[in-house]
Amino acid sequence: MKAVITVTGKDKVGIIALTSAECAKYGANIVDISQTVMKEYFAMIMLVELSGLKCDFAAFADCIQKTGLENGVDIRVMHEDIFNSMHRI
Amino acid sequence: MLNTQDILETVRMIREENLDIRTVTMGISLFDCISDDPSRLEAKIYDKITNSARNLVRVCEELEKTYGIPIVNKRISVTPISYVGSGLSESGFVRLAKVLDRAAKDLGVNFIGGYSAHVQKGAIKGASALIESIPEAMTETERVCSSINVATTKAGINMDAVKRMGEIIKDTAYMTRDRDSIGCAKLVVFANIPEDNPFMAGAVHGIGEPDTVINVGVSGPGVVAAAIKEVGQCDFSVLAETVKKIAFKITRVGQLIASEAASRLGVPYGIVDLSLAPTPAAGDSVAEILENMGLECAGTHGTTAALALLNDAVKKGGVMATNHVGGLSGAFIPVSEDRGMIAAAKSGALTIEKLEAMTAVCSVGLDMFAVPGDTSAATISGIIADEISIGVINNKTTAVRVIPVHGKTVGDFCEFGGLLGYAPIMKLHAESCEAFINRGGRIPAPIHSLKN
Repeated sequence: MKAVITVTGKDKVGIIALTSAECAKYGANIVDISQTVMKEYFAMIMLVELSGLKCDFAAFADCIQKTGLENGVDIRVMHEDIFNSMHRI
Repeated sequence: MLNTQDILETVRMIREENLDIRTVTMGISLFDCISDDPSRLEAKIYDKITNSARNLVRVCEELEKTYGIPIVNKRISVTPISYVGSGLSESGFVRLAKVLDRAAKDLGVNFIGGYSAHVQKGAIKGASALIESIPEAMTETERVCSSINVATTKAGINMDAVKRMGEIIKDTAYMTRDRDSIGCAKLVVFANIPEDNPFMAGAVHGIGEPDTVINVGVSGPGVVAAAIKEVGQCDFSVLAETVKKIAFKITRVGQLIASEAASRLGVPYGIVDLSLAPTPAAGDSVAEILENMGLECAGTHGTTAALALLNDAVKKGGVMATNHVGGLSGAFIPVSEDRGMIAAAKSGALTIEKLEAMTAVCSVGLDMFAVPGDTSAATISGIIADEISIGVINNKTTAVRVIPVHGKTVGDFCEFGGLLGYAPIMKLHAESCEAFINRGGRIPAPIHSLKN
């Protein structure tokens, strides 16, 4: 399955490195990546393939969110279908 | 890849605008539990509920994690208990209520609905006994919700039941007087009750439903309020279009969760309820939507029109987003559960008359509003009769969930806690309707019920 990782917060050095390191650590393969600045905050979006995940989805989501919090950014992992459902007919 | 703006919009809706799934409700039929031995009936009901819903909370928590969207409530509705326990005495029904409460507690669900009876034309023995048991059942249990259907467009209004429910509500208020009469917050009187409603206190598992089913209620007043604020000055066509688009997106999430929950639990998916359900939290208010449309305060002139537009646009947007619509489907206006409604009632902008008018154009009815504790049972029945008439004549569901808060009067506040919120005591008419209510009998079904 694929998931979308959103990283939001104040811009600073190393956010992409931090997030990609976490993905590598848990076996999430980055498929696509983009970043933007919207409404005064930094936002990065990654599409990841989770078929090689080394732990279960919930544990991965919790760990990466915790790492984000420790580094002052909000990192969330959500199944891509919530976006597909909401924005595609 | 998905559009970046779309992804950020979804994340913003959930993080900042309180988008959530309000409830995933499992409907469970209890007809196969019927027994002439009360103890055996209780044991079979406990086993059926706890076995059918054993994975409900776990699956919902998994879905919350996977899709990153909160599922606020996990709930259960059951076959109206008056049918299942038809031979029971009043005390037998109270015991059964405690069994339901224990099952709900053991499963970790916050409410179980279905302590209910249909008496629109008259009451079977079980329905009468269940109604009489309500004050004690609502006092002795924490999670059991009760609903009584006193009218349908086809049958007319059972005014004997309306009269008795006024007295039952007063008794329930008195028996739970130490907690601001909270028993009445779990008791609702209906016209045209739906059989697949996932929302409390009126959720029941209708007799035409499958053995078990998953129904989902969506929410998102904050998302709609934010979208209207963002679109700014525009005419009503654009306003309605804005609400439709956002309602579509909200409902698509409900559809996704409903089908996934049903699939993981191995039970049929029933319906998505296209609802806007507020909470007392900031930014989760239906009144705020109306105010963002241009009203200084909910309850002022123009409120009914604003609500009518909102309610219709929510349905139009939602209906294409899901393959089965049901339940109550519309904007809810419970006073104590909506910060804007609370403020409007407190300031006097929202009166009981305006609230009643609003219920004619939305879901569901006079909901979660507090009135003085010394209100007579006949006046409560008069309030019910008025509201039920709106439902019967307009061929829609209406309901009354009124709390005559014991020991409190106009100017006081009552506090129910959690999602049930808090409310100012609203002013009612002092003039009596007792002679009208005491007539008894049935108000005949309206002429437009004859459609065949």
